[in-house]
Amino acid sequence: MSDVKYISGKEPHPKERRMIFKNVDREGWDQSIETYEKDGGYEVLKKAMKMAPGDITTEVKTGGLRGRGGAGFPTGVKWGFLPPNNTKPVYLICNADESEPGTFKDRYIIHQDPHQLIEGMIISCFAVGAKLAYIYIREEFPEGAQILEAAIEEARAKNYLGDNVLGSDFDLEIYVHRGAGAYICGEETGLIESLEGKRPYPRIKPPYFPAAMGLYLCPTIVNNVETLCHVGHILRIGGEEWAKIGTPNNTGTRILCVSGDVQKPGYYEVEVGSLTMGELINDVCGGLKEGRELKAVIPGGSSAKVLRAGETFKVGRGDDAKEIDIWNIKMDFDTLAACGSMAGSGGVIVIDDSRSISWVLNNINAFYAHESCGQCTPCREGSLWMKKITDRLVGGTASPTDIDTLYDVAKNIDGRTICAFGEASAWPTESFIEKFKDELVADTNPELAGEKVNNEAQLAAAGLL
Amino acid sequence: MSFEVPAEVETKVDQRITHYPVSKRSAVLPVIHELQHHFGFISEEAVEWIAVKLELEPIKVLEVVTFYPGIRQSAPGKFHIRVCRTLSCAMAGSAELMDALCETANIDRSGTDHHHPIAVSPDGKFSIEFAECLASCGTGPVCLVNDDFHEAVPNAAELLAKYD
Ligand SMILES: Cc1cc2nc3c(=O)[nH]c(=O)nc-3n(C[C@H](O)[C@H](O)[C@H](O)COP(=O)(O)O)c2cc1C
Ligand code: SF4
Ligand code: FES
Repeated sequence: MSDVKYISGKEPHPKERRMIFKNVDREGWDQSIETYEKDGGYEVLKKAMKMAPGDITTEVKTGGLRGRGGAGFPTGVKWGFLPPNNTKPVYLICNADESEPGTFKDRYIIHQDPHQLIEGMIISCFAVGAKLAYIYIREEFPEGAQILEAAIEEARAKNYLGDNVLGSDFDLEIYVHRGAGAYICGEETGLIESLEGKRPYPRIKPPYFPAAMGLYLCPTIVNNVETLCHVGHILRIGGEEWAKIGTPNNTGTRILCVSGDVQKPGYYEVEVGSLTMGELINDVCGGLKEGRELKAVIPGGSSAKVLRAGETFKVGRGDDAKEIDIWNIKMDFDTLAACGSMAGSGGVIVIDDSRSISWVLNNINAFYAHESCGQCTPCREGSLWMKKITDRLVGGTASPTDIDTLYDVAKNIDGRTICAFGEASAWPTESFIEKFKDELVADTNPELAGEKVNNEAQLAAAGLL
Repeated sequence: MSFEVPAEVETKVDQRITHYPVSKRSAVLPVIHELQHHFGFISEEAVEWIAVKLELEPIKVLEVVTFYPGIRQSAPGKFHIRVCRTLSCAMAGSAELMDALCETANIDRSGTDHHHPIAVSPDGKFSIEFAECLASCGTGPVCLVNDDFHEAVPNAAELLAKYD
């Protein structure tokens, strides 16, 4: 890959290992199929089409690929959930909703390297037996949708898509479906409802996986953009080779998106687990801003529980058990889970000591209050209450007991809802209070202690008495 | 004023519908997007037209129109601005950008709320609203102006000057 040059000023950091982002910011690169093919594009597809579909799934399992959309679920295992002896059509959906705050990776694949995604999708469709696939792309990527549609046309013209793909008896169509600005369409069953033309109300589980029952009540595989791209690379080098990248159970590369209070925010593709938080922030991202100290990090999109600077974490088991600080957390699925948070979508938000914790939490709560789909009472009401309480907190009109009320509200959402949005909205509040209670309480107004928020005068004015 | 969908828009709509061989209802969002692109928003007449086109009860279209933040029910300005409000952009100054854009474009946002998020300038040239995370958190503050994406927006006047 030594022939690959990058646009000046956008070169990857030496600690990066570019596979998925090999062509992002690459000099002389464009989105055309010619450019992609000249670089070896669609050769893996030709190889894969000569394999038995089940063997492709086996390679993906051998590689140990875990989903990059948020939950980190093993992709090959998910594919294996398709019902045996199925007679219904199977669908594949690429989740390109990219809407978890702090996440910005799928954007660059879609805009700069669309054929990588399409090739990964065709291979995946062949593996699971899908003849119809959709790319569900967020509405705020209008250019991305056009780029993908143009790329699909190019691929069809070369018979990578359409009837009898590459002379085989496999037919495949891929269409681009644009969302309309709702975060909940990223949740896979909400996405499916949306694709069916309805409100994106997530479905009640079970079934836990759309692989059992998804689009049009047929078996459906939903995977993230980055995940589907990895499938192509696994097939290119083989599952066993691919599994050597990264660390056991945390294989491959993944793109970390760093934003907030660092010198060089951006996207960095690294071997999973090859970096600690300290290396990521201080080496790769150029450190914190001048004269600032680290206060907190949200490591996997805004739904992930916050990590506090100064906190200690217990990781490892048995003889390997040890206590580490935030700087020594390895950025992989298992370590972040052991630290009580998650790798999630790869969105790392860094917060320094110039920020008010109340303000940060209020911003996050406003997001969830806006995006709750409204189906479940705890989530619909609770997310709004959490926003209102933190509104008071930043406005200087919260009473000291408000913090306990806030915690109570969050705890009453967590675990009581139809979809994981409930946890996503509650975890920030829960973890911020568990780790920064003093600072939050300091933003309340002691003079308001004991005061009812909705006193009778207010209720009467609102016509509620 | 009678509601009429131009032939070229209808052709695009018909084309979109073919992407959903299993269920026409799936074409609701794509058809809405085609009409919103042409008319700027989805009127009651547009809801009726879509319902007829897709052989659905109008409520099935309306329930979709009223749910999604990306679908407008009133006319925006000639240039519709969406400023990212979410954490990383807020840390990079998106609230200040919003204020500066409103001041420069002479937009009063005081009448907006959850159900009426859009404010329009008196001359109808610009309209504005907040959007949630636009998936470019490393280059905030970011915004969309119609279909154009702008990152690390340095200055409101400079941005608006690009639109005439
Ligand atoms: C509230 C919520 C929002 C989500 N948003 C996204 C998203 O924007 N993109 C995504 O790929 N997955 C998102 N997910 C995860 C999907 O439900 C699903 O697990 C994922 O697309 C599966 O793909 P993967 O196995 O390749 O990760 C979201 C989940 C929840 C609960
Ligand atoms: S948890 Fe929230 S977002 Fe999920 S279904 Fe319930 S109301 Fe909707
Ligand atoms: S926070 Fe603005 S793009 Fe993500």
